[in-house]
Amino acid sequence: MMRDLREYRRDFPILQVQVNDKPLIYLDNAATSQKPLPVLETLDTYYRTYNANVHRGLHALSEHATSAYEAARRKIAAFINAPKPQEVIFTRNTTESINLVAQAWGRKFLTSDDVVLLTEMEHHSNIVPWQLLSMQIGFQIRYLTVRPDGTLDLSDLDRMLDGVKLLGLTHISNVVGTINPIAQIAAVAHRHGARVLVDGAQATLHIPVDVQALGCDFYAFSGHKTCGPTGIGVLWGKYDILEEMDPFLGGGEMIESVTLEKTTYAAPPNKFEAGTPAIAEAIALGAAIDYLTGIGMARIAEYDELLSSYAVERLGSVPGVRILGTAPQRSSAFAFTVEGIHPHDLSSLLDTHGIAVRAGHHCAQPLGRRLGVPASARASTAFYNVPEEIDALVDALQEVKKVFGYVSP
Amino acid sequence: MSARDLYQELILDHARNPQNFGELEHASAHSHRENISCGDTIDLYLLIEDGRVAEVRFDGQGCALSTASASMMTEAIKGKSLDEVQQLTNHFRSYISGEADDLDAELEDFEAFQGVRQLPARVKCVTLPWVTLADLLGQMGE
Repeated sequence: MMRDLREYRRDFPILQVQVNDKPLIYLDNAATSQKPLPVLETLDTYYRTYNANVHRGLHALSEHATSAYEAARRKIAAFINAPKPQEVIFTRNTTESINLVAQAWGRKFLTSDDVVLLTEMEHHSNIVPWQLLSMQIGFQIRYLTVRPDGTLDLSDLDRMLDGVKLLGLTHISNVVGTINPIAQIAAVAHRHGARVLVDGAQATLHIPVDVQALGCDFYAFSGHKTCGPTGIGVLWGKYDILEEMDPFLGGGEMIESVTLEKTTYAAPPNKFEAGTPAIAEAIALGAAIDYLTGIGMARIAEYDELLSSYAVERLGSVPGVRILGTAPQRSSAFAFTVEGIHPHDLSSLLDTHGIAVRAGHHCAQPLGRRLGVPASARASTAFYNVPEEIDALVDALQEVKKVFGYVSP
Repeated sequence: MSARDLYQELILDHARNPQNFGELEHASAHSHRENISCGDTIDLYLLIEDGRVAEVRFDGQGCALSTASASMMTEAIKGKSLDEVQQLTNHFRSYISGEADDLDAELEDFEAFQGVRQLPARVKCVTLPWVTLADLLGQMGE
């Protein structure tokens, strides 16, 4: 059997929970990851011992909070190999990060003559902000198509990029798990003068992320999908691009000087962080990143690949089960269907076995339509999942088929 | 809750062999609905004659719970007057929302959905056909 990372399971109290009188088998990590003790303790310690607003007070608690908040920013910069911590903007989540780019960059630089190129594989959060903006500005939105195996069709990339000012694409699909060749695509996009925004929501828990090696201009991800708390996300952007962008929200913190007539803005990242930020959550995300780097993202990625192959093999061996997407480069989200059983029924039935999976369109309806599967079930693993949990899923699927009286051909 | 509590045999029977399934060509009213959380669809057709439901059919893509609910619903409303259909709709709503625990004879099969009432996300599945029926009643009332 593979060498797994089960020793880290003890750091996750929730993995001891019982669901429907069965031990929880949490396979919904693409929706949100679980939180290790250091993250929980960081939140607790912050509120118990140094809760104060950042960048404002001159008293000891505020200085403590500010220095922890800024330390978290530096940890995140190192985690994604950003050249400067000032390029790391705290947001609420990936969705807000993408909306920030749409509003603060797109509204300023896109015109009705421009094209935004997205992919059919995008989560709704990387489609809808652009549609909303397009309704105001009138630019065209174009989509790279997805092939039946769940990979992007890049055969016509040069032509697709013609006239494109921004390419927005996901690093890893939240449905079929495909890892997109970002560096290769970004290099072509830059030759066409396009900016490249990467949705990293499904990447940061699974693989090392190096924004410089990827060659993108913006990278967005969520704290809660990276073992951190909800309510905190990140947008990384190249400093010179961030500098020329408009502010996002107006308020305190993002200003240099305010008179009744006019305001001058602070430099990045503060320019984009109006109002009191999610201080505890940012600091706790820093703790999550310490935790992940303590294990080692390369080690996590290596185990991820083993567990993914195991899951594909085991799930694929169940008669009637069809795994969507067979990309050679894939991460640990597996959308699948079971012949004759609706995904919602499947999910409810698995829940009676204590197994948490997601069912539905996974906020990626265009991809479902392209693959001809409007709804599916999705199991998604993290490094703290073990092969026995995949076995339990497979056993439960057999049980479910019995309940439904589905007889394998 | 066990799998068998949730998916009682009656539900599975209706899901496997839905009654009144398919398109109704000469319908006097038709409505289409989607469950936004899963993309499921339902088309409901009614043929009204002399103020009564002479024919009712449904088709679409749905889970076992919504298919069974639609199937049972069509059986319950066939032959009923529009007023009676409205009363059944209200009755179903108060049962599935947990306001009422007892079911009248016409809807007694819906007892099978008792377990679902504890799962708000799945209540939507069972309710979808009834919401579509309410749309139709609304259309006809206009």
